[in-house]
Amino acid sequence: MSAPLLAVEGLSVDFPGDGGRVRVVDCIGFSIAAGETLALVGESGCGKSMTALAVMRLVAKPGRIEPGSRIRLEGRDLLSLSVPEMRGVRGARIGMIFQEPMTSLNPVTTVGEQVMEAIELHAGIPRAKARERVIELFGHVGIPDPARRFQAYPHQLSGGLKQRVMIAMAMAMRPRLLIADEPTTALDATIRAQILELLRTLCAETGTAVLLITHDFGVVNETADRVAVMYAGQIVEEGTRLEVLSQPRHPYTQGLLRSIPKPEARGARLEEIKGIVPRPGHWPPGCRFHTRCPFAFEPCPVRAPERTALSATQAACCHLLTREARP
Amino acid sequence: MTVLSSEALLEIRGLRTWFPIRAGLLQRVTGHVRAVDGVDLTIFPGETLALVGESGCGKTTVGRSILRLNEPTAGGIWFRGSDLTRLSTEAFHAYRRQIQVVMQDPGSALDPRFTVRDAIAEGMDAFGIGADDEERTERVAALMRSVSLDPATMWRYPHEFSGGQRQRICIARALAVDPALLICDEATSALDVSIQAQILNLLADLQAERHLTYLFITHDLGTVRYFATRVAVMYLGRIVETGPTERIFAEPRHPYTKALLASIPSLDPARRSARPIALGDVPSPERPPPGCHYHPRCAVRLESCSRDDPPAVEFADGICRCILAVQEREARMAARPPLEGVPGGS
Repeated sequence: MSAPLLAVEGLSVDFPGDGGRVRVVDCIGFSIAAGETLALVGESGCGKSMTALAVMRLVAKPGRIEPGSRIRLEGRDLLSLSVPEMRGVRGARIGMIFQEPMTSLNPVTTVGEQVMEAIELHAGIPRAKARERVIELFGHVGIPDPARRFQAYPHQLSGGLKQRVMIAMAMAMRPRLLIADEPTTALDATIRAQILELLRTLCAETGTAVLLITHDFGVVNETADRVAVMYAGQIVEEGTRLEVLSQPRHPYTQGLLRSIPKPEARGARLEEIKGIVPRPGHWPPGCRFHTRCPFAFEPCPVRAPERTALSATQAACCHLLTREARP
Repeated sequence: MTVLSSEALLEIRGLRTWFPIRAGLLQRVTGHVRAVDGVDLTIFPGETLALVGESGCGKTTVGRSILRLNEPTAGGIWFRGSDLTRLSTEAFHAYRRQIQVVMQDPGSALDPRFTVRDAIAEGMDAFGIGADDEERTERVAALMRSVSLDPATMWRYPHEFSGGQRQRICIARALAVDPALLICDEATSALDVSIQAQILNLLADLQAERHLTYLFITHDLGTVRYFATRVAVMYLGRIVETGPTERIFAEPRHPYTKALLASIPSLDPARRSARPIALGDVPSPERPPPGCHYHPRCAVRLESCSRDDPPAVEFADGICRCILAVQEREARMAARPPLEGVPGGS
């Protein structure tokens, strides 16, 4: 098997807290093959967005990526790059889009100018040529009347159009990896469907791999090839889209999928996961899910479960599975 | 002449809530944002009516108009027979007890300087419920138990609670004055999936126990399909379709409803389904398009749609505001065999 496009190993991120550093991402590992879409799913505070920021080396101080973490893109160790080298990787090799397009765009510069800047910075082509590229890109991401919209300021565009501008900017240099953090969460239903469709076709065309951060299993089902489920800073289950959505093996994944309101459940009670989502620094010992798990037994509060492979592609961390696997 | 339904708990007729746009040095009114522009809506006791639509469609303003947090520009809102829009502030106060609201963000809905006990008891103080502080504290404890919170935590402050627990506090506070109608404005939208299920179950239990009526304002169609009795779909200040939940999802009539439903991402791993139907973006309510408001985005529009504003056509189970529904209805009428003895039947 060829080396993956992105390989993350033993990644931990911590912040200073009361009486020491508090981990928000705890020793996670995953990889993404070229052209593949991996969805990182979880609830608020599970560390999924921080993982995305870490891959881009954008963890804001006083947070830090702990020594010993490894992030390799196309075989290059991103954590050993100098700051200017990393700046070259961002934008050119890794594109990014975020939930709030408004906060990612400069309000006092036209959107065309902003995308053009990104192209000039990385490609070093003349202005007239870059301008042409931007207008072509705008057309490609479905912005109507692209030549006129080039002159628009962010506040003059709707949320859907702003997200299209962000996608144009992220895809301008045909990056190998696109990191999309809740790209459609702030958008309306009809616009969300359009943007998901655009991301799907665009990435298929260019062979760009996607690290998709989301809490929405509908979005996962519509876009992902593989899924990794995060809980309290750790990946608790991973597998192909079909494996995780149709045969989830971790009680947390099972509970999450069951708690989504579905039409078949009309009139019946929803299955809920009891308790609250634990915040970083307040993670329980042993298996972090044991306080909310309906199947918890003796080892759960004491020992962290090991990763059990369930197929060539599916794995989960749960004592029930290690017990089953033992003869 | 307005004919009011006798069984209705709340009846909205011809509601308009416009916001003036001011510009220039003298802050002259240069136009209006027509957030709500001619809404008719009936809510029956005991039901959960979902008001759905995209951001900017006016759904939140409908809720705020009922509470008179935004004063309606025209039209009437009858609650148990009284037009709320014509009441004096003092007279309205008495009705305000019967209509309570739970909002999206429980963090900002609670005053950080109030203990949970005082937050829940605030409405009781305002409406003179409970003989003294002691009795109110007892009631707060009972309310906390009914929303599965530990009454021992009533002297704590909101920041000591999680998002889901804060939403439970907001629900307890709304219930403290024993309302008939609870307006839930995106009440579960900001919560994590696992917590959202807890709150929906709680709302269902409370409805059964207390015979509550819900106006459930949301953009989340998955929740609507699971939770609502009836659905009203709103687009640019108007209701474009109403009907029982199951019929709306199985056989939507309005092209906008169809586009909304098609945009729900599939949860079935065996199939990926969401294919966008609606074209482009939602226009601004400041300058709604002429004719049918939806025509610039409509996949099946006719030439006349950009000119003629379609009326709301009444069906047995709801309304639909689309010229195709008008035509369909006329075609059905024409195809129906003539009644005996009716002149003109051939």
